[in-house]
Amino acid sequence: MKRFSRDQLSARVARDIPEGAYVNLGIGLPTTVANHLPSDREIFLHSENGLLGMGPAPAPGSEDPDLINAGKQPVTLLMGGAYFHHADSFAMMRGGHLDICVLGAFQVSVEGDLANWHTGAKDAIPAVGGAMDLAIGAKRVFVMMDHQTKSGASKIVERCSYPLTGVRCVNRIYTDLAVIDVTPEGLRVVEIVDGLAFDELQRLTGVPLTLAGADSAAAAGRSTATLSER
Amino acid sequence: MIDKTVASLSAAVADVHDGATVMIGGFGTAGMPSELIDALIAQGARELTIVNNNAGNGEVGLAALLNARRVRKIICSFPRQTDSYVFDALFHAGEIELELVPQGNLAERIRAAGAGIGAFYTPTAYGTPLAEGKEARLIDGRGYVLEYPIAADFALIKAEKGDRWGNLVYRKTARNFGPIMASAAKCAIAQVREIVPLGTLDPEVIVTPGIFVQRVVAVDVATQRAQPQAAA
Repeated sequence: MKRFSRDQLSARVARDIPEGAYVNLGIGLPTTVANHLPSDREIFLHSENGLLGMGPAPAPGSEDPDLINAGKQPVTLLMGGAYFHHADSFAMMRGGHLDICVLGAFQVSVEGDLANWHTGAKDAIPAVGGAMDLAIGAKRVFVMMDHQTKSGASKIVERCSYPLTGVRCVNRIYTDLAVIDVTPEGLRVVEIVDGLAFDELQRLTGVPLTLAGADSAAAAGRSTATLSER
Repeated sequence: MIDKTVASLSAAVADVHDGATVMIGGFGTAGMPSELIDALIAQGARELTIVNNNAGNGEVGLAALLNARRVRKIICSFPRQTDSYVFDALFHAGEIELELVPQGNLAERIRAAGAGIGAFYTPTAYGTPLAEGKEARLIDGRGYVLEYPIAADFALIKAEKGDRWGNLVYRKTARNFGPIMASAAKCAIAQVREIVPLGTLDPEVIVTPGIFVQRVVAVDVATQRAQPQAAA
Protein backbone atom coordinates (compact mmCIF):
# COMPACT_ATOMS: atom_id res chain seq x y z
CA MET A 1 0.00 0.00 0.00
CA LYS A 2 1.19 3.44 -0.90
CA ARG A 3 1.66 5.90 1.95
CA PHE A 4 2.61 9.53 2.24
CA SER A 5 6.28 9.69 3.17
CA ARG A 6 7.28 11.83 6.13
CA ASP A 7 8.48 14.45 3.69
CA GLN A 8 5.24 14.42 1.70
CA LEU A 9 3.25 14.67 4.90
CA SER A 10 5.24 17.72 6.04
CA ALA A 11 4.79 19.30 2.61
CA ARG A 12 1.06 18.58 2.74
CA VAL A 13 0.69 20.31 6.12
CA ALA A 14 2.79 23.24 4.89
CA ARG A 15 0.35 23.76 2.02
CA ASP A 16 -2.41 24.53 4.54
CA ILE A 17 -0.46 27.29 6.27
CA PRO A 18 -1.32 30.63 4.67
CA GLU A 19 0.59 33.89 4.38
CA GLY A 20 0.53 35.88 7.60
CA ALA A 21 -0.24 32.92 9.88
CA TYR A 22 1.19 32.79 13.40
CA VAL A 23 2.23 29.17 13.81
CA ASN A 24 3.77 26.91 16.41
CA LEU A 25 5.34 23.70 15.11
CA GLY A 26 5.64 21.08 17.83
CA ILE A 27 8.78 19.12 18.63
CA GLY A 28 9.64 16.20 16.34
CA LEU A 29 7.94 15.58 12.99
CA PRO A 30 5.94 18.88 13.05
CA THR A 31 9.22 20.82 13.14
CA THR A 32 10.00 19.54 9.62
CA VAL A 33 6.96 21.39 8.24
CA ALA A 34 9.16 24.50 8.32
CA ASN A 35 11.35 22.98 5.61
CA HIS A 36 8.40 23.08 3.21
CA LEU A 37 7.06 26.58 3.81
CA PRO A 38 7.57 28.52 0.58
CA SER A 39 10.06 31.34 0.95
CA ASP A 40 7.72 33.82 -0.77
CA ARG A 41 5.12 33.37 1.98
CA GLU A 42 5.62 35.40 5.18
CA ILE A 43 4.72 33.12 8.08
CA PHE A 44 5.51 33.84 11.73
CA LEU A 45 6.93 30.83 13.54
CA HIS A 46 6.51 30.93 17.32
CA SER A 47 8.59 28.90 19.75
CA GLU A 48 7.24 28.66 23.27
CA ASN A 49 10.56 29.28 24.98
CA GLY A 50 10.23 32.89 23.88
CA LEU A 51 10.63 33.89 20.27
CA LEU A 52 8.52 34.89 17.32
CA GLY A 53 9.92 35.03 13.81
CA MET A 54 12.05 31.95 14.21
CA GLY A 55 14.38 31.21 11.34
CA PRO A 56 16.19 28.06 10.22
CA ALA A 57 19.11 26.36 11.92
CA PRO A 58 22.33 28.43 11.84
CA ALA A 59 25.31 27.49 9.73
CA PRO A 60 27.65 25.08 11.51
CA GLY A 61 29.96 27.03 13.77
CA SER A 62 27.62 29.98 14.27
CA GLU A 63 25.31 28.39 16.85
CA ASP A 64 24.42 30.58 19.82
CA PRO A 65 23.57 28.75 23.08
CA ASP A 66 21.27 31.66 24.02
CA LEU A 67 19.22 31.26 20.82
CA ILE A 68 17.37 27.94 20.83
CA ASN A 69 13.91 26.59 20.06
CA ALA A 70 11.52 24.61 22.25
CA GLY A 71 13.34 21.44 21.25
CA LYS A 72 16.52 23.09 22.59
CA GLN A 73 18.08 23.07 19.12
CA PRO A 74 20.03 26.12 17.93
CA VAL A 75 17.97 28.34 15.63
CA THR A 76 18.12 31.85 14.14
CA LEU A 77 15.85 34.88 14.34
CA LEU A 78 14.44 36.42 11.18
CA MET A 79 14.49 40.15 10.56
CA GLY A 80 11.55 41.58 12.50
CA GLY A 81 11.58 38.76 15.04
CA ALA A 82 11.17 39.30 18.77
CA TYR A 83 12.11 37.76 22.13
CA PHE A 84 9.84 37.66 25.17
CA HIS A 85 9.52 35.93 28.54
CA HIS A 86 7.63 32.74 29.26
CA ALA A 87 4.42 34.27 30.62
CA ASP A 88 4.06 36.40 27.48
CA SER A 89 4.90 33.42 25.28
CA PHE A 90 2.21 31.27 26.86
CA ALA A 91 -0.26 34.16 26.76
CA MET A 92 0.22 34.06 22.98
CA MET A 93 -0.66 30.37 23.06
CA ARG A 94 -3.37 30.16 25.71
CA GLY A 95 -4.87 33.47 24.68
CA GLY A 96 -5.77 32.22 21.21
CA HIS A 97 -3.32 34.43 19.34
CA LEU A 98 -1.72 31.63 17.36
CA ASP A 99 -3.56 30.72 14.17
CA ILE A 100 -2.22 27.20 13.83
CA CYS A 101 -0.39 24.71 15.97
CA VAL A 102 0.93 21.44 14.57
CA LEU A 103 1.46 18.56 16.98
CA GLY A 104 2.40 14.90 16.93
CA ALA A 105 0.11 12.39 18.63
CA PHE A 106 -0.20 8.88 20.06
CA GLN A 107 -3.98 8.93 19.60
CA VAL A 108 -6.79 11.22 18.49
CA SER A 109 -10.43 10.42 19.31
CA VAL A 110 -13.46 10.88 17.07
CA GLU A 111 -14.34 13.98 19.09
CA GLY A 112 -10.87 15.47 18.71
CA ASP A 113 -9.45 14.52 22.09
CA LEU A 114 -5.66 14.44 21.91
CA ALA A 115 -3.21 12.10 23.65
CA ASN A 116 0.42 12.95 22.96
CA TRP A 117 2.35 13.40 26.21
CA HIS A 118 2.36 10.13 28.11
CA THR A 119 1.90 6.46 27.31
CA GLY A 120 0.58 5.78 30.79
CA ALA A 121 3.43 3.37 31.57
CA LYS A 122 3.76 3.20 35.34
CA ASP A 123 7.55 3.48 35.54
CA ALA A 124 7.85 6.27 32.97
CA ILE A 125 8.94 9.69 34.18
CA PRO A 126 6.14 12.05 33.22
CA ALA A 127 7.06 15.13 31.20
CA VAL A 128 4.49 17.45 29.66
CA GLY A 129 6.23 20.70 28.69
CA GLY A 130 4.01 22.99 26.63
CA ALA A 131 1.93 20.23 25.01
CA MET A 132 -1.25 20.96 26.98
CA ASP A 133 -1.04 24.71 26.37
CA LEU A 134 -0.53 24.19 22.64
CA ALA A 135 -3.39 21.71 22.43
CA ILE A 136 -6.00 24.12 23.79
CA GLY A 137 -4.62 27.47 22.76
CA ALA A 138 -4.31 27.82 19.00
CA LYS A 139 -7.25 28.75 16.77
CA ARG A 140 -6.67 25.56 14.77
CA VAL A 141 -4.85 22.46 15.98
CA PHE A 142 -3.39 20.13 13.35
CA VAL A 143 -2.10 16.68 14.23
CA MET A 144 0.52 14.80 12.18
CA MET A 145 0.93 11.11 12.88
CA ASP A 146 1.09 7.64 11.39
CA HIS A 147 -2.39 6.33 10.74
CA GLN A 148 -1.64 3.09 12.56
CA THR A 149 0.65 1.90 15.32
CA LYS A 150 3.51 -0.45 14.44
CA SER A 151 1.23 -3.37 15.26
CA GLY A 152 -1.45 -2.09 12.90
CA ALA A 153 -3.94 -0.62 15.37
CA SER A 154 -5.67 2.59 14.36
CA LYS A 155 -4.37 5.69 16.15
CA ILE A 156 -7.70 7.34 15.46
CA VAL A 157 -9.92 5.89 18.16
CA GLU A 158 -13.36 6.05 19.72
CA ARG A 159 -11.84 7.04 23.08
CA CYS A 160 -8.16 7.63 23.84
CA SER A 161 -6.67 4.91 26.04
CA TYR A 162 -3.57 7.02 26.74
CA PRO A 163 -3.72 9.96 29.19
CA LEU A 164 -5.26 13.03 27.54
CA THR A 165 -3.37 16.17 26.57
CA GLY A 166 -6.51 18.12 25.72
CA VAL A 167 -10.24 17.61 25.30
CA ARG A 168 -11.94 18.17 21.93
CA CYS A 169 -9.08 20.29 20.67
CA VAL A 170 -7.96 18.74 17.34
CA ASN A 171 -9.33 20.24 14.13
CA ARG A 172 -7.52 18.29 11.43
CA ILE A 173 -5.52 15.05 11.31
CA TYR A 174 -2.79 14.42 8.72
CA THR A 175 -1.69 10.80 8.51
CA ASP A 176 0.36 8.77 6.08
CA LEU A 177 -2.94 7.58 4.60
CA ALA A 178 -5.36 10.50 4.69
CA VAL A 179 -6.26 14.02 5.72
CA ILE A 180 -9.27 14.00 8.03
CA ASP A 181 -11.24 16.86 9.58
CA VAL A 182 -12.74 16.55 13.03
CA THR A 183 -16.23 18.03 12.75
CA PRO A 184 -19.29 18.14 15.02
CA GLU A 185 -20.79 15.57 12.66
CA GLY A 186 -17.82 13.25 13.03
CA LEU A 187 -14.63 12.51 11.10
CA ARG A 188 -14.71 13.74 7.53
CA VAL A 189 -12.10 12.52 5.05
CA VAL A 190 -10.90 15.32 2.80
CA GLU A 191 -8.05 13.48 1.10
CA ILE A 192 -6.80 9.93 0.68
CA VAL A 193 -3.39 8.75 -0.44
CA ASP A 194 -3.30 7.87 -4.12
CA GLY A 195 -4.56 4.35 -4.81
CA LEU A 196 -6.27 3.72 -1.47
CA ALA A 197 -10.04 3.20 -1.63
CA PHE A 198 -12.26 4.87 0.94
CA ASP A 199 -13.62 1.49 2.04
CA GLU A 200 -10.11 0.25 2.73
CA LEU A 201 -9.27 3.42 4.67
CA GLN A 202 -12.45 2.88 6.67
CA ARG A 203 -11.45 -0.72 7.42
CA LEU A 204 -8.00 0.38 8.65
CA THR A 205 -9.41 3.18 10.78
CA GLY A 206 -11.98 1.35 12.86
CA VAL A 207 -14.10 4.38 13.72
CA PRO A 208 -16.77 5.78 11.39
CA LEU A 209 -15.54 8.08 8.62
CA THR A 210 -17.46 10.03 6.04
CA LEU A 211 -16.17 11.23 2.72
CA ALA A 212 -16.19 14.96 2.13
CA GLY A 213 -18.49 16.31 -0.62
CA ALA A 214 -17.79 15.75 -4.29
CA ASP A 215 -16.11 19.15 -4.72
CA SER A 216 -13.54 18.66 -2.02
CA ALA A 217 -13.07 15.01 -3.03
CA ALA A 218 -12.10 16.19 -6.49
CA ALA A 219 -9.76 18.76 -5.00
CA ALA A 220 -8.34 16.04 -2.79
CA GLY A 221 -7.75 13.86 -5.83
CA ARG A 222 -5.82 16.65 -7.52
CA SER A 223 -3.61 17.33 -4.54
CA THR A 224 -2.91 13.66 -4.00
CA ALA A 225 -1.83 13.40 -7.60
CA THR A 226 0.50 16.34 -7.07
CA LEU A 227 2.05 14.61 -4.12
CA SER A 228 2.59 11.29 -5.89
CA GLU A 229 4.31 13.05 -8.77
CA ARG A 230 7.08 14.23 -6.49
CA MET B 1 23.38 55.43 47.71
CA ILE B 2 21.51 52.29 46.72
CA ASP B 3 23.81 49.57 45.52
CA LYS B 4 22.34 46.12 44.92
CA THR B 5 25.54 44.76 43.46
CA VAL B 6 27.24 42.04 45.47
CA ALA B 7 30.94 41.41 45.33
CA SER B 8 30.92 37.64 45.02
CA LEU B 9 28.71 34.74 44.04
CA SER B 10 29.14 33.20 47.49
CA ALA B 11 27.99 36.41 49.18
CA ALA B 12 24.99 36.53 46.85
CA VAL B 13 23.64 33.17 48.07
CA ALA B 14 25.01 33.20 51.64
CA ASP B 15 21.61 33.37 53.36
CA VAL B 16 19.73 30.67 51.44
CA HIS B 17 18.34 28.56 54.28
CA ASP B 18 17.61 24.86 54.53
CA GLY B 19 14.10 24.12 53.25
CA ALA B 20 13.96 27.25 51.09
CA THR B 21 11.97 27.40 47.87
CA VAL B 22 14.36 28.50 45.16
CA MET B 23 13.38 29.39 41.61
CA ILE B 24 16.10 28.80 39.06
CA GLY B 25 15.82 30.44 35.66
CA GLY B 26 16.64 28.83 32.36
CA PHE B 27 15.13 26.67 29.67
CA GLY B 28 17.53 23.78 29.36
CA THR B 29 20.88 25.49 29.64
CA ALA B 30 19.83 28.78 27.98
CA GLY B 31 19.51 31.27 30.81
CA MET B 32 20.55 28.81 33.48
CA PRO B 33 22.52 30.68 36.18
CA SER B 34 25.17 27.97 36.48
CA GLU B 35 27.62 30.05 38.52
CA LEU B 36 24.99 30.94 41.12
CA ILE B 37 23.97 27.28 41.31
CA ASP B 38 27.60 26.28 41.87
CA ALA B 39 27.78 28.86 44.65
CA LEU B 40 24.60 27.42 46.18
CA ILE B 41 26.11 23.93 46.09
CA ALA B 42 29.22 25.23 47.87
CA GLN B 43 27.04 27.10 50.37
CA GLY B 44 25.40 23.84 51.40
CA ALA B 45 21.68 24.57 51.88
CA ARG B 46 19.61 21.38 51.99
CA GLU B 47 16.03 20.17 51.64
CA LEU B 48 15.39 22.74 48.93
CA THR B 49 12.29 22.98 46.78
CA ILE B 50 13.42 23.94 43.30
CA VAL B 51 11.26 25.55 40.61
CA ASN B 52 12.65 25.23 37.08
CA ASN B 53 11.29 24.25 33.68
CA ASN B 54 13.45 21.14 33.57
CA ALA B 55 15.31 18.93 36.00
CA GLY B 56 18.90 19.37 34.96
CA ASN B 57 21.11 18.39 32.06
CA GLY B 58 24.24 16.28 32.28
CA GLU B 59 26.05 16.77 35.59
CA VAL B 60 26.43 20.54 35.69
CA GLY B 61 24.25 23.37 37.00
CA LEU B 62 20.90 22.18 38.32
CA ALA B 63 21.87 18.53 37.74
CA ALA B 64 24.90 19.05 39.99
CA LEU B 65 22.66 20.50 42.72
CA LEU B 66 20.43 17.43 42.47
CA ASN B 67 23.46 15.16 42.44
CA ALA B 68 24.65 16.76 45.68
CA ARG B 69 21.35 15.60 47.27
CA ARG B 70 20.29 19.11 48.21
CA VAL B 71 16.84 19.03 46.64
CA ARG B 72 13.78 17.55 48.35
CA LYS B 73 11.24 18.49 45.71
CA ILE B 74 11.24 19.86 42.17
CA ILE B 75 8.39 21.71 40.48
CA CYS B 76 8.84 21.60 36.72
CA SER B 77 7.19 20.89 33.38
CA PHE B 78 9.66 18.70 31.56
CA PRO B 79 12.05 16.66 33.74
CA ARG B 80 12.71 13.85 31.26
CA GLN B 81 15.37 14.71 28.70
CA THR B 82 18.05 12.74 26.90
CA ASP B 83 20.64 13.89 29.44
CA SER B 84 18.54 14.10 32.64
CA TYR B 85 20.05 10.91 34.07
CA VAL B 86 20.82 12.48 37.45
CA PHE B 87 17.17 13.35 38.03
CA ASP B 88 15.97 10.08 36.51
CA ALA B 89 18.00 8.01 38.98
CA LEU B 90 16.87 10.06 42.01
CA PHE B 91 13.25 9.84 40.87
CA HIS B 92 13.32 6.09 40.35
CA ALA B 93 15.01 5.67 43.75
CA GLY B 94 12.21 7.69 45.36
CA GLU B 95 14.70 10.29 46.60
CA ILE B 96 13.05 13.33 45.06
CA GLU B 97 9.47 14.55 44.92
CA LEU B 98 8.15 15.77 41.57
CA GLU B 99 5.31 18.20 40.97
CA LEU B 100 4.67 18.15 37.24
CA VAL B 101 3.06 21.34 35.91
CA PRO B 102 2.21 22.15 32.29
CA GLN B 103 4.70 24.75 31.10
CA GLY B 104 2.21 27.58 30.62
CA ASN B 105 0.60 26.91 33.99
CA LEU B 106 4.06 26.96 35.54
CA ALA B 107 4.82 30.32 33.94
CA GLU B 108 1.44 31.79 34.86
CA ARG B 109 1.58 30.50 38.46
CA ILE B 110 4.95 32.19 38.83
CA ARG B 111 3.66 35.36 37.19
CA ALA B 112 0.58 35.29 39.44
CA ALA B 113 2.73 35.15 42.56
CA GLY B 114 4.67 38.19 41.40
CA ALA B 115 1.52 40.04 40.42
CA GLY B 116 -0.38 39.43 43.66
CA ILE B 117 -3.04 37.19 42.11
CA GLY B 118 -4.67 34.80 44.59
CA ALA B 119 -5.48 32.07 42.06
CA PHE B 120 -6.69 31.83 38.48
CA TYR B 121 -8.70 29.59 36.15
CA THR B 122 -6.84 28.22 33.15
CA PRO B 123 -8.10 26.03 30.29
CA THR B 124 -4.75 24.23 30.11
CA ALA B 125 -4.89 20.64 31.42
CA TYR B 126 -8.69 20.65 31.82
CA GLY B 127 -9.96 17.09 31.47
CA THR B 128 -6.47 15.58 31.75
CA PRO B 129 -4.74 13.62 34.53
CA LEU B 130 -2.81 16.77 35.53
CA ALA B 131 -6.10 18.40 36.59
CA GLU B 132 -7.15 15.55 38.87
CA GLY B 133 -8.06 16.72 42.36
CA LYS B 134 -8.21 20.34 41.26
CA GLU B 135 -11.26 22.55 41.27
CA ALA B 136 -12.72 22.90 37.78
CA ARG B 137 -15.57 24.94 36.39
CA LEU B 138 -17.25 25.85 33.15
CA ILE B 139 -16.98 29.50 32.15
CA ASP B 140 -18.94 30.47 29.05
CA GLY B 141 -19.18 26.80 28.18
CA ARG B 142 -15.47 26.12 28.37
CA GLY B 143 -13.69 24.02 31.00
CA TYR B 144 -11.12 25.64 33.30
CA VAL B 145 -8.94 24.45 36.18
CA LEU B 146 -8.13 26.48 39.30
CA GLU B 147 -4.41 27.02 39.78
CA TYR B 148 -2.58 28.71 42.65
CA PRO B 149 0.51 30.92 42.50
CA ILE B 150 4.03 29.65 43.06
CA ALA B 151 6.10 32.04 45.16
CA ALA B 152 9.68 31.57 46.27
CA ASP B 153 12.11 32.63 48.94
CA PHE B 154 14.86 33.14 46.38
CA ALA B 155 15.17 33.32 42.61
CA LEU B 156 18.48 32.69 40.88
CA ILE B 157 18.41 34.11 37.37
CA LYS B 158 20.80 34.99 34.58
CA ALA B 159 20.72 38.26 32.69
CA GLU B 160 23.04 39.97 30.25
CA LYS B 161 23.51 43.35 31.92
CA GLY B 162 22.45 44.93 35.17
CA ASP B 163 23.03 48.15 37.10
CA ARG B 164 23.30 48.99 40.79
CA TRP B 165 19.53 49.58 41.03
CA GLY B 166 18.87 46.05 39.77
CA ASN B 167 17.58 46.97 36.32
CA LEU B 168 18.16 44.08 33.92
CA VAL B 169 18.30 43.28 30.24
CA TYR B 170 18.59 39.75 28.92
CA ARG B 171 20.05 38.03 25.88
CA LYS B 172 17.87 36.33 23.25
CA THR B 173 15.96 33.22 24.43
CA ALA B 174 17.99 33.13 27.66
CA ARG B 175 15.35 35.57 28.96
CA ASN B 176 12.72 32.80 29.35
CA PHE B 177 11.72 32.59 33.06
CA GLY B 178 14.00 35.38 34.35
CA PRO B 179 11.58 38.32 34.50
CA ILE B 180 8.67 36.41 36.09
CA MET B 181 10.86 34.56 38.59
CA ALA B 182 12.42 37.84 39.67
CA SER B 183 8.96 39.17 40.49
CA ALA B 184 7.83 36.03 42.34
CA ALA B 185 10.70 35.73 44.84
CA LYS B 186 11.27 37.59 48.10
CA CYS B 187 14.92 37.83 47.11
CA ALA B 188 15.81 37.79 43.42
CA ILE B 189 19.48 37.31 42.69
CA ALA B 190 20.67 38.04 39.15
CA GLN B 191 24.00 36.97 37.78
CA VAL B 192 24.95 39.22 34.88
CA ARG B 193 27.71 39.20 32.33
CA GLU B 194 28.33 42.85 32.96
CA ILE B 195 27.41 45.44 35.58
CA VAL B 196 27.00 48.78 33.85
CA PRO B 197 26.90 52.30 35.34
CA LEU B 198 23.48 53.59 36.35
CA GLY B 199 21.88 55.39 33.41
CA THR B 200 23.61 53.27 30.79
CA LEU B 201 20.64 50.96 30.17
CA ASP B 202 18.06 52.56 27.89
CA PRO B 203 14.92 53.01 30.06
CA GLU B 204 12.82 52.06 27.03
CA VAL B 205 14.39 48.61 26.80
CA ILE B 206 14.88 47.62 30.44
CA VAL B 207 13.07 44.27 30.71
CA THR B 208 13.13 43.76 34.48
CA PRO B 209 12.89 47.01 36.45
CA GLY B 210 15.04 47.02 39.58
CA ILE B 211 12.08 46.87 41.96
CA PHE B 212 11.95 43.12 41.29
CA VAL B 213 15.65 42.52 41.92
CA GLN B 214 17.46 42.49 45.25
CA ARG B 215 21.00 41.45 44.30
CA VAL B 216 23.15 41.69 41.19
CA VAL B 217 26.43 39.86 40.83
CA ALA B 218 28.81 39.96 37.89
CA VAL B 219 30.12 36.68 36.56
CA ASP B 220 33.63 36.86 35.33
CA VAL B 221 33.66 36.04 31.63
CA ALA B 222 36.94 34.17 32.01
CA THR B 223 35.32 31.95 34.64
CA GLN B 224 32.43 31.21 32.29
CA ARG B 225 34.82 30.14 29.56
CA ALA B 226 36.79 27.93 31.91
CA GLN B 227 33.77 26.20 33.36
CA PRO B 228 32.93 23.64 30.64
CA GLN B 229 36.49 22.32 30.85
CA ALA B 230 36.32 22.15 34.63
CA ALA B 231 33.08 20.22 34.38
CA ALA B 232 34.31 17.74 31.78
